Order: sequence, then C-alpha cells, then structure tokens
Amino acid sequence: MVEMLLERFNYIPIIILMMTGLYVVTATGNLVKRLVGLSLFQTSVFLLYITIGKVFGGQPPILASGHGEEGGHGGDAGYGAAEAAAGDAADMAGDHGADHAAEVAHGAADAAGHAAEVLYSNPLPHVLILTAIVVGVATLAVGLALVVRIRETYGTIEDDELNAADYSVETGGSA
Amino acid sequence: MDMLASLLPAGVAYHAPVLIVIVPLIAAALAAFMPKGVWAWGVAMATSVIVAILAFGLLGQVGVHGAVSYDVGGWAPPHGIEIRLDNLNVPILILLGVLGVLSLVYALPSVADEIARKQQALFYSAFLVCFAGLIGVTVAGDAFNVFVFLEISSIATYTIIAMGVGKDRRALTASYNYLVLGTIGATFFVIGVGFLYMATGTLNMADMAAVLEQNGHNRVTQAAFAFIVVGLGLKAAMFPLHVWLPNAYAFAPNFVTVFLASTATKVAFYALVRFVFSIFHPEVAFVSMSFTWLFAVVGVVAMMVASVQAVFQTDARRLLAYSSVAQVGYMMLGLGMGTAAGLSAGLLHLMNHALMKGALFMALGAFALNFGVRQVKDLAGLGKTMPASAMAFTVAGLSLVGVPLTVGFTSKWYLVTAALERGWWWAVAALMISSLLALAYVARLLAAIWMENAPSHHGEAAQRRLAPWMMMVPMVILAAANVYFFFHADPLVGLARAAADAVMGGR
Repeated sequence: MVEMLLERFNYIPIIILMMTGLYVVTATGNLVKRLVGLSLFQTSVFLLYITIGKVFGGQPPILASGHGEEGGHGGDAGYGAAEAAAGDAADMAGDHGADHAAEVAHGAADAAGHAAEVLYSNPLPHVLILTAIVVGVATLAVGLALVVRIRETYGTIEDDELNAADYSVETGGSA
Repeated sequence: MDMLASLLPAGVAYHAPVLIVIVPLIAAALAAFMPKGVWAWGVAMATSVIVAILAFGLLGQVGVHGAVSYDVGGWAPPHGIEIRLDNLNVPILILLGVLGVLSLVYALPSVADEIARKQQALFYSAFLVCFAGLIGVTVAGDAFNVFVFLEISSIATYTIIAMGVGKDRRALTASYNYLVLGTIGATFFVIGVGFLYMATGTLNMADMAAVLEQNGHNRVTQAAFAFIVVGLGLKAAMFPLHVWLPNAYAFAPNFVTVFLASTATKVAFYALVRFVFSIFHPEVAFVSMSFTWLFAVVGVVAMMVASVQAVFQTDARRLLAYSSVAQVGYMMLGLGMGTAAGLSAGLLHLMNHALMKGALFMALGAFALNFGVRQVKDLAGLGKTMPASAMAFTVAGLSLVGVPLTVGFTSKWYLVTAALERGWWWAVAALMISSLLALAYVARLLAAIWMENAPSHHGEAAQRRLAPWMMMVPMVILAAANVYFFFHADPLVGLARAAADAVMGGR
C-alpha cells in the first residue's frame, strides 16, 4: 500500500488540492471564498495534466543546444522529425504513452543526425493546460464580476443573507 | 440530399465545417463594436442565417458522403485538430441553426424591452460567443476542443443569464450558482479527458475509440468514464445534477431562456452520447451496466421527481424549467436503453422538445412583455387578451403532455415502443405516470389562461393587446411545427434513426 502510494507520489498533492478545493466550494457561504475554492480545484487539474507530461530524465521540450547552431533550416528539420515521432508514439501508446513518446522522440533526435542524447518531456499536456488556464482565468473574472454586481445589488456576499433577502421579497416583506 | 449538397458554392462547401464555427466568433467581435443594439442584432441575425444555411449544406454533404472530416489548418488527424461531421451531429447543427434564426427574430422586441440600451450590442456579442461555443462542441472531433468550446459557450451563458438583472435581481445569484456548478462540471469533464489521454495517448475521438478497442479497458478508463459522465451530465441537467437549471431559466432574459432551453442542454446531451457511444463501446461491461443502472434510473427518477416539482411551482418559467429537467430524463431513458431504437427515440425527443419548449418560452416572453406576467396565477385571462400567443402556448403545451396530433405524442410513442422491445414494462409505466404529471402542470397553466377572467384594474377589464409580429412569427412557426411534424414525422424520425445508426454502427 505504502509502496503503491510512493510510486505515485506525484498524484498525492494533486488529490489533496482537488479535495480541498471542492470542500471549500461546498463548505463556505462566502461567494468570494467559494471562487477561491473553485480556482484551487481547477489548479489541481492543471497539475494533473502537467504531471502526465513528465518523463523521468527528460529535458524540457525545447530543442537541445546544437540544433540551433546549425542554422534555422537544420533546426526546423530536427523539430519536424521529433514532432512526427512524438505523433507516432501517440499512436502506439498504451498505459505508458509518455514513456514511449520519449523513447521515440529520443530516437528521432538521433535519426535526424543532431546532437547527442536528447530525451524530451511530452509538451502536449503543457499546451493543453495553457488553454485550460485561460479558461480558468476567464471563469474567475466572470465570477468575480458577478460577485461585485451581487454586492452592489444586495449589499452582502454571504449566501444565507442572500437567500434571506430573496425569501423576504418572495413573501412580500421588505428586503 | 443532392440538392442540399449543392446548396453551397464549392469553395464555401469545402470549408463549411470550420466556417460554421468561425463566422459566429468573428461576428461576436463585430457585434461588440456596433454603436447601436439594432445593428448588433442585425449582425447576429445575419450570422444565424449563415449558420443555418451552412448547417443545411453540411446535412447534404453528410447525406452524400456519409461523414465529413476537415483538417483544421491543414494538419491531418490524429495529430491535427479534426472537425468531424456525421449523421449524429449534423441534426444538432440544424437544430442550432434553425432555433438560432427563430429565437433571434424573436429577440429584437424582447431584448429591447429587457436589456438597457447601452448594453444591447455587448449582449448580442456575448450571445454570439455562446452560439459559436455550442456549435464548436457539436462539430469538434477532438476531446479537448469539446472542453474548450463547452467553456466558451458556458462563460458566455453565465453573462447573458445575469443580464436578466434588469427585471429580477435573482438573475445574479442564479448566474453565480450556475457558474460554480458549471465550472465544477467542466473540470470533471477535463479530468476525464486527461485520464483518457493517459490511457490512449491521443485526443482525437476516433483515434481514442480505436486505441480503446485495441487495448481494452482498465481502471483508468473506468475513472475517465465516470468523470466524463458526471461532467457532461451536469451540463445536460441530468438529475440530480440539475439544480442550477430552474433558477437560471426562470430569471434569465426571455430570449436567453428561449434559446438555452431549446439548444444548450441538447448540445451537452449530444456530447454525452458521443462520448458514451462513440468513444466507449456500448458493449463494454461497465458501459452497458451504466446504461441500465445509471442513465435509465436517473432518467426515470427525473421524469417523476422533476415533474412533481413542476406541479407545485408558482413562477411560470420555473415550472417549465422543472419540466425541462423531466424531459432530459426522457432522453436519458432513451439513451439508457442502449439500443438503436432507444437512442433514436431519445434523439427524436431531443428535437421535438426543442420545438415545444421554444414555443412555450416564447409565449411566456410575449406575456411578460405585454403584461409583465411571471407567476402562474397572473396568466389569468390571457386567452382573451392575447389570443394568438395563448393558442401557440396551448398547442406547444399539449405537445409537452404528449397529446395525439402533436410531436410530443410521436416521440413518446417511439420511446414506449423502444422500451417494449427491450422488455422494460416499468419504463412504460414511468412514461405514462410522467405524462399524467405533465398533464397536471400544463393544465394548471392552460386553466389560468382560458378559464379565468382577466383581472380588472379600477373596474376596467384588461384590453386586448397583441404581441409584436416579430415575436408572433417564430412562435407560430414553432407551434405549427409541433403539429406539422406529427403528420410528416418522417424527416425528423429519419434524422434520429440515421443519428442512432451512425454511433451504433449497426450494432
């Protein structure tokens, strides 16, 4: 059990963050704090994606030195080959998709006749998560804007007070 | 089909799959800079007409070629982003296009009444973003793009729902609650997509399905399935994840409610069908188990519980919103049967429900415009003061119950037939009971409209006041469609059959 957890140590902080975020969303009555929880929850997913892309011993997915020195054209060719190979890896991938991708990308770097041993991490999840971060920022912005309007209209951002205010309107009392 | 296929000029036809997403997105930016609300409306109207034409053109193309695949930016799938159209998603595109045009015709007088003059251009802009997002979800052939477009449409939806604040401040809290729940749903969905990517190493849907078929399933794909079903179920208002819906529909501007009720949950339901049937194989043990024990069960419970809740509502739009949750239950039941007949009945109900709820919410919007009516009891006497709108409302209401001579009967008939084929007597019983409950809540509305006298102010009876023709025309078209497609059911039934066959692949 402990061994299994240790092998997957990267998921532990993600799960903790995820659960904390969800708990905050449900537990608090304060609208701003609820958005904080929501952001925490989303951030944990960003980490989940980024951890998928990690290849042990892999470099950041930036062309290794040597590629660039041969001039723009050589760099482009190497880049293209590595990319195509990463794509092939995606096809044959199973549970260890990331590992395969690294091996093949590695092979491609050699085949392209460029610098020595280069092992890249998988860049695709990073790209995906850039998009998801933008989505998260937009959601947070809209959420905060709504909270501002709610504060202006109701004069409070506590859930129970909002409910009480609306209830008294429905039953004909003064807000 | 050939006629439809040649609807578009050759160059446009080739790029139609991507144009249908891009045109509304660009138009959204254009609309935002319009100095007057009417001009922005013009942009939106033109866009929706273009989308409808493209959708029909694509229907023709799919009819001729079977499926249409478009490589965005010239990058071939599975590495590039693919836009894929087949018999399952083209009907949804048609629905979006046609309902987009009709609800925008309706929008001009309705929005002029409800949204401040200065905000109208931005309102139409946000609507177009939502429209583009929904279309994007429908056409995307790539799981991550489904997430991105889902969020594009959702974020725009939160803002246009909150615009209802001009009439009722509860629109703000309704929108906020929808934002929190919608974001949790989207995040669940993206976790599921992440797990699928871990297991398959690809994001292209067709490719995912191929890899899953080859490698089989394991705990990771099961977790992915659970996360995706919860995430998309939340967006589709699957019971019990529907709590955001009644308030959002009840307090949004009328035009927004008309549009969302007839399209938004439908698109999410489509995405659910796409994932459950196309990516996960319906014959895989845990998937087929989820049909019987998850989708069919929540469908039946939604049909019962949400209908009962609808009976006791005092706000007319909230009543119809609860009814929408119940109707999503019918679709879930159709999906849960796991047969081609069941799925096609569910999809048929999806299209028919858009026709009914579109007309119903349009009529309620017309009542609200002329008399400020929101509560069920205030509907009294509208049969005399606004006879045409009341007639449209009545026809669509009867269709909602499933009275013969309306499309509501057709789709319930197909659902019952599919349930009997499957040997599910309890589902037939549930359909009957739920229809009786629908009769109860529709009767409440109709009784108020036709049986009671209009309230008199200072001894003067309310005057007859017709709705603007721009509201009447789409409303009457939708109400007439409710009757027309009962007598000419073949086009819709054919679309639903082809859609179910496309994902079941003759299974």
